[in-house]
Amino acid sequence: MNSALIIIFAVLLLAIYSGIRAQKGKDMNMEQWTVGGRGFGSIFIFLLVAGEIYTTFTFLGGSGWAYSKGAPSYYVLSYIALAYVISYWLLPPIWRYAKQHRLVSQSDFFVSKYNSPILGILVAAVGVIAIIPYLILQFKGLGIIVSEASYGSISPAVAVWIGVIGVTIYVMISGIHGSAWTAAIKDILIFFVVVFMGLYLPFHYYGGIQPMFEAVDAANPGFLTFPDEGLSVSWYISTVLVTVFGFYMWPHTFGSVYSAKNENVFRKNTVMLPLYTIMLLFVFFVGFTAILQVPGLKGADGDLSLLRLSLKTFDPWIVGIIGAAGLLTALVPGSMLLMTAATLLAKNVYKVMAPDASEVRIAKIAKLLVPVLSLISLYFTLSGGDTLVTLLLMGYSLVTQLFPALLFSLRRQPWINKYGAFAGITAGVLTVAYVTISKVTIATMFPSWPAVIKDLNIGVVALLINIIVMFGVTLVTRAMLTTSRQPANTEGTPTI
Amino acid sequence: MKARDWLGVLPFVGMLGGVPFVNRVEPYVLGMPFVLFWIVLWVVLTSVIMAVVNRLDPAAREEEHNG
Repeated sequence: MNSALIIIFAVLLLAIYSGIRAQKGKDMNMEQWTVGGRGFGSIFIFLLVAGEIYTTFTFLGGSGWAYSKGAPSYYVLSYIALAYVISYWLLPPIWRYAKQHRLVSQSDFFVSKYNSPILGILVAAVGVIAIIPYLILQFKGLGIIVSEASYGSISPAVAVWIGVIGVTIYVMISGIHGSAWTAAIKDILIFFVVVFMGLYLPFHYYGGIQPMFEAVDAANPGFLTFPDEGLSVSWYISTVLVTVFGFYMWPHTFGSVYSAKNENVFRKNTVMLPLYTIMLLFVFFVGFTAILQVPGLKGADGDLSLLRLSLKTFDPWIVGIIGAAGLLTALVPGSMLLMTAATLLAKNVYKVMAPDASEVRIAKIAKLLVPVLSLISLYFTLSGGDTLVTLLLMGYSLVTQLFPALLFSLRRQPWINKYGAFAGITAGVLTVAYVTISKVTIATMFPSWPAVIKDLNIGVVALLINIIVMFGVTLVTRAMLTTSRQPANTEGTPTI
Repeated sequence: MKARDWLGVLPFVGMLGGVPFVNRVEPYVLGMPFVLFWIVLWVVLTSVIMAVVNRLDPAAREEEHNG
């Protein structure tokens, strides 16, 4: 047991302790457990929203992509800042509607707007399926951090187990209150760690930021700009747009919107949050510094670059602090994800199938689902090999498919009906699934088309198909329902 | 859409629309390759723009007074 590991485990225990303390004196019913009784002000919402985006991905994936891909990693900075811009217009109406109808989950929103519990099941299913790769991403990060910080004495598999058990206990006991408190500790710690590393490392190895970039550019010409093909500018623009639309479609992010005290909380936050993303810049600096200092990390190993460089540069106790910050970046979002997925399954799937189940029983089932979901994600974590960014992008393209149906429901009288919403989401998700499994890209479908089109994020295509189907089905079903008012005809249409 | 709502489009235009024209390493600004500097600049401008939008929005101000 070296001093790095001692610090990491001390922080883990502290986080679990503060999570348990946070729920003291509160009756942990469903509304408290998942949306904190809708009483969170600007600062807590800031921390929750920021807490969810500054995940292990920021820490390891951001530096990992800068290390292995270069300029395309900048997309992360852009999409987060732009997502905050649309939050100004998007979140207040969602919050208002949710409060008015006492909604608890994202799926509730669709059920209530479209008056369709079955649509709620579909939305819950999409959310949970998208959450799994995101959870895997957090667990993978946890494993990397603990095992690297142990200087190899703890294997990644054991490290993942330790982290997963910690998160699971933590979520089952304290729900969202624990996440908000740990988010506070985490954000302070990660801020100092990231800024310190991002400045110290380039100065230590190159004497400054610009000399560091010049050295990288000399060694790898073209690495600091978007390439002409592949991860090109058109890839950048389309990927940023797809992820911006998906940003608030994550069930846990959507759900945390409900926990705000008033709608103005979101408006105020849009000023500070973009500046907060600048923190990512320092993460990139670390990744770029690592290119020439710890060369040779291929593929998924790029995610190790930040920790490998730390191990090479710092004393074990500093590595411990870096590792502890990294651990918290996995713990907070991991706990939010688990809690949300469990709530969705209990409330929007189980409850629909067993309408008589009491509130207490639903809450109990939600808590029991937490370890089940943990184990499923753990299984995939230990068996897969994708990089953190690939996992993130996969989850994003799934949740983005919920965006059109949400957007067109915001008016009092939704533009589309439940059939259209259901068909659109299904078509979009199936497209994403097909594309992911068969590894089709626009480039493989249309090899002769110009690179500008070939490099578009395939999520754009799924989104287009989604929207076309959504409006098509709405028009057809609306016509059917209005022209033939005989009950015989409407009976034939499936009631969804 | 009101004028202040159109302000929300600016960050998209700057951060996404600008990149094809600034996709180069030199000149370095604040130590960063130019394209990275451009994106960072727009992140900062996004904050500024959102502060202006907040200022212009009666809905945002109203609630401020009511606490």
